[in-house]
Amino acid sequence: MNVADSIRARLTAAFAPAALDISDESHLHAGHAGHRPGVSTHFRVAIVAAAFAGKSRVERQRLVFAALGDLMGNPIHAFALSAKAPDE
Amino acid sequence: MGSVSEQIKKDISDNDVVLYMKGTPVQPMCGFSSMAVQILSHMGVKFKGVNVLEDPNLRQGIKDFANWPTIPQLYVKGEFVGGCDIMREMYESGELEELMKSKSVAVSAG
Repeated sequence: MNVADSIRARLTAAFAPAALDISDESHLHAGHAGHRPGVSTHFRVAIVAAAFAGKSRVERQRLVFAALGDLMGNPIHAFALSAKAPDE
Repeated sequence: MGSVSEQIKKDISDNDVVLYMKGTPVQPMCGFSSMAVQILSHMGVKFKGVNVLEDPNLRQGIKDFANWPTIPQLYVKGEFVGGCDIMREMYESGELEELMKSKSVAVSAG
């Protein structure tokens, strides 16, 4: 399973999201710090899930970090996130 | 990490606004840190930039301190606000300026 698939599997299992968009932006960072040739390291994720309703931005992001677990740090080097509830 | 967390507590209590970042405000070493600096600069907020790349203990220690696995991290009046995404969302919605004003941090009209 590649990194994007792993992210999708973990977030789907944790949140049953109404929408989930994962972009692998690693190629944009070739030669930059944290980029490892052949390894996906930079991601942008937009997720919509009921679990985020009533939660602060910090709480939402912590929930996502927790769901990603050991993927954060290695192989994920950079992670941009938008986390919304369905009615937002 | 005892001494590291003590140092962090001191930094965020001695300074109204602290940005833990990769690189320096003049020369950020990461796109996310660079954006965080740009946001604060646009707002005219004075802040202390702390370069975590200079100290491996701090680089890990700040993640443990806030229970937050990424850098940059913004603290206002000793309170963790968030990372780059949260700063950007709050800046665009005007909430970041509201937060600064509510905590009596000077913001210059942009």
